[in-house]
Amino acid sequence: MAEILAVSVAGLVKTYSARSAPARSGSRRAGRQGLAPGPAASACGDQARPPSPGGRVRAVDNLSLSVPVGSVTALLGPNGAGKTTTVEICEGFRRADEGEVRVLGRDPIADAIALRPRVGVMLQAGGMYPGARAEEMLRLVAAHHRDPLDPTALLDRLDLVDSASTPFRRLSGGQQQRLSLAMAVVGRPELVFLDEPTAGLDVAGRRTTWELIEELRAAGVTVVLTTHAMDEAERLSDQVVIINHGRVVAAGSPAELTRGGAEGQLRFRAPVGLELGKLLLALPDGTTATEGPAGHYLVEGTVDPQLLAAVTAWCAGNGVLAEDLRVEQRTLEDVFVELTGSELRP
Amino acid sequence: MTTRTAPSAPLLDLRPAPGAASRGRMFAAQTRLELTLTLRRGESVLLTLIIPIGLLAFFTAVDVLPSGSETSVDFLVPGVLALAVMSTAFTGQAIATGFERSYGVLKRLGATPLPRAVLLAGKTAAVLAVEILQLVLLVAVGFALGWDPDGGPATVPSVLALLVLGTAAFSGLGLLMAGTLRAEATLAAANGVYLLLLLIGGVVFPLSKLPGWLRVIAEGLPTAALSDGLRNVLAEGSGPGVRPLVVLAVWAVAGLGLAARTFRWE
Repeated sequence: MAEILAVSVAGLVKTYSARSAPARSGSRRAGRQGLAPGPAASACGDQARPPSPGGRVRAVDNLSLSVPVGSVTALLGPNGAGKTTTVEICEGFRRADEGEVRVLGRDPIADAIALRPRVGVMLQAGGMYPGARAEEMLRLVAAHHRDPLDPTALLDRLDLVDSASTPFRRLSGGQQQRLSLAMAVVGRPELVFLDEPTAGLDVAGRRTTWELIEELRAAGVTVVLTTHAMDEAERLSDQVVIINHGRVVAAGSPAELTRGGAEGQLRFRAPVGLELGKLLLALPDGTTATEGPAGHYLVEGTVDPQLLAAVTAWCAGNGVLAEDLRVEQRTLEDVFVELTGSELRP
Repeated sequence: MTTRTAPSAPLLDLRPAPGAASRGRMFAAQTRLELTLTLRRGESVLLTLIIPIGLLAFFTAVDVLPSGSETSVDFLVPGVLALAVMSTAFTGQAIATGFERSYGVLKRLGATPLPRAVLLAGKTAAVLAVEILQLVLLVAVGFALGWDPDGGPATVPSVLALLVLGTAAFSGLGLLMAGTLRAEATLAAANGVYLLLLLIGGVVFPLSKLPGWLRVIAEGLPTAALSDGLRNVLAEGSGPGVRPLVVLAVWAVAGLGLAARTFRWE
């Protein structure tokens, strides 16, 4: 049976009482270092939304999304947006209050036994015996699957060979993340949920992780990941779903979301006090030009090759050397700020 | 074996090939890791092997205990066997499981094809394997110290029945604690209960030394029931007795039943 959608979520609602609300990200970091382990290991932050007068926090609020088979979908949003809650409902860890969830055409809780071999899971943190060595932990999960990847090759692929016999609690944060990723894919799943796969990774670790995700996609595996890194969402995903306050505020490919780049900006540096009125005469109607701070110029309008040529031609004609000339397009970040009025936190 | 020929990593066939392993393979892997981790933890080796053997050797050597008609080693071996079962099935298991829960291990394993029943079976098998190791070592040390059990091979079924029942009772209590309390609270409570039951469990001195009211309480607790039952068989050469069996069975049913109802996996 060939499903077109790997995951479909319609009208999802999940409310926590203030008491049972998942812990915040701060304790989750502490938990990773073993300082304050707690049931918090799973959690999504709630600081973005104070409890309502009834003491209840609506973590996911009428959220719908669809993930096509074989695609990479990024759930993008700030801490506390409801990303982890959404993913954990899809993984069968939490029960939705309202709405319908289908994972590979099945119900994540009622059909859990059938789904578990087919779905790989990377938790945001934890999930390992603290005393188990990296290779032991990976071999344990491999032994739960019928036709797993070779654990040694997978450790090698994720630059973990030198840490294979290091106990989990002594792995660095980045090594723990990559081991967790290895555990998610070792069973050769059809669908993987990766909750913040690159949080806390250094540049090399991020690249290794990104490459593996791209290979997963090429091999036909559906990937759903959460992130608050714009570049990650932009680079990896076929589809970006921007979530804020438990709702989907926009969804589409990175190109679709950043389209409208025709309304762009052109910036350059030049000597102070250019006669911008004369520059504007050389430019199409509807274009504006401003200086500020001194020597930094901003031209706004329809940025196309003709505009660029007109600006540089005017500069050449007036003996002005324009430095640092650059065309700025909307980034995903701009889209996010426009849609939500808030900055993503790093 | 993988060979590393170039800096580039070996090719992985990531194409989906999902499926659960056989339960037997999962059970074997789970048991092996649980056992490895238990024997690797210094504190659990101290608790399950060194303290029982040390108590047996110390109290045999210094002979501060009222021995009555028995020699002290004949009195001590059954009590220390009960202590060993308690340390592994209750204290060690409660602490380890409590931390596994707080570290999200149980949650994470719940997302693999591993059924919970197989996870628990693996834990139980690891507990039993540690107990066999304890039994062999304690019996060997006991014989070396001049232990002379009554009854001979005919007592083996009674001893095994008591050990299994005791394991069930202590596992139930350990899992009940680990499944409901925070890991740190479990750590403190499991050690506190261990010390208390060591003192009033008939392990190193008989319950008859306790004040009457405390003795009544102690006789209802699983440690005294197990040590008395073992002593009835191994020192008196009689059957295990009704009270020890009933007390252990009640604790086992109540503990395991409550644990099954209240256990929170994350």
